[in-house]
Amino acid sequence: MKNINIFKNTGNFAEDKDLAKEIRLKKIMPSLKYDDEVVIDFAGVESTTQSFIHALLSEVIREFGSEVLDRIAFKNCNANVRGIITIVVDYMQI
Amino acid sequence: MKIHIPNSAWLGNIDPFLRSFDTSHPDLLEISANRSWISIHPVVLAMVASLGLSLKPGQIICEQLEAKSKHYLKRMRLFDLLGIDSQIKIHEHEPAGRFIPLTQITDPDKLTNFITEMVPLLHLEPHQVEPIRYIISELTRNVFEHSQSKIGAILCAQYYKKSNVIRIGIVDRGVGIKKTIAESYPVKTDEESVQLALTPGITGTTRRIGGTDYNAGAGLFFIKSIAKVNRDFFIIYSGNFMYKLLKTKNSSPVRLYGDPFKDKHSKGSDFPYWNGTVVGVDLSLDDTEEFSILLKMISDTYSKTVKERRKQYYKQARFI
Repeated sequence: MKNINIFKNTGNFAEDKDLAKEIRLKKIMPSLKYDDEVVIDFAGVESTTQSFIHALLSEVIREFGSEVLDRIAFKNCNANVRGIITIVVDYMQI
Repeated sequence: MKIHIPNSAWLGNIDPFLRSFDTSHPDLLEISANRSWISIHPVVLAMVASLGLSLKPGQIICEQLEAKSKHYLKRMRLFDLLGIDSQIKIHEHEPAGRFIPLTQITDPDKLTNFITEMVPLLHLEPHQVEPIRYIISELTRNVFEHSQSKIGAILCAQYYKKSNVIRIGIVDRGVGIKKTIAESYPVKTDEESVQLALTPGITGTTRRIGGTDYNAGAGLFFIKSIAKVNRDFFIIYSGNFMYKLLKTKNSSPVRLYGDPFKDKHSKGSDFPYWNGTVVGVDLSLDDTEEFSILLKMISDTYSKTVKERRKQYYKQARFI
């Protein structure tokens, strides 16, 4: 299982889309391609933006399909972060 | 160019100020101001600053200001940013205000640090910080991604105690919304372009529903919707078109629409041509919805709008 710590890359406000894309390309996608599970840990992240989460996740869902969400877990998400992740996960499946 | 800083220009009454902008002689900027009092939205300052930053100091003529508020313009760093001498001295004992002075942001790598360092200047409660950080991030990132603005993004914000409102202005002198939307959609006018830019799921970077891997076409819709849910003003001005979201009365329910022209608004396609994009937003801090609840309301409308174009089987995210 691959653990990805967002705070280590972004600090307490995860808004940098370029960082999100980099995390997706270098950490999330390779792990998923090797059938690994991924835990994206938002401990310490106070808030994020829809743009960040979109850059982090949208192409993952597009490329692997909705079923990939069975292999991704979101950990230590406060209400704001949870809300934005849910928004992006929802709209990527409509 | 001539720009006159009026006695009063807030989002609700900003139209005369915008219409007074004289775009002739683009290699020269003449700045004048009301002689008695200046009471203006931060977006006005950001616009004046952006015009000046597109020129050299020698191309800017600023009349000797007489209004008592000229110290305000100095404190907001207008003259520093333009590189002109205001001949105003700020007294050290003046009380600190709750504002983010005019700031030019040219490096997207520095935006996160800027937001982290500057937002505390507004002295907000923790729950009030979220929408502010969100708005500043999304609007500034839009400038970097779409505008090709040589001066980057010009930002200014202030908290107004009497009305308990934060007012934010972000301005660029880039290619404007019509050019960016036209990369993917056959738009003919600035009005059409802005309407599309405010519609969820639409971005100039692709025709694909829901955007690219990097851009969802949701940013402006979310910001407009934050203003709508909070019953505040929001304006966007690009080319010759200005759209103004009007306040929803307290007695009326808030309804969010994918089409910005279904919101209560005013607009015009006969404004002086602005090369770039101007966004102004107010955010009242009285009884604001929890940010997470607010985003949920917005996302429901976003999803509904995009769903009208495409349907798929979906699963829910797993949280541990």
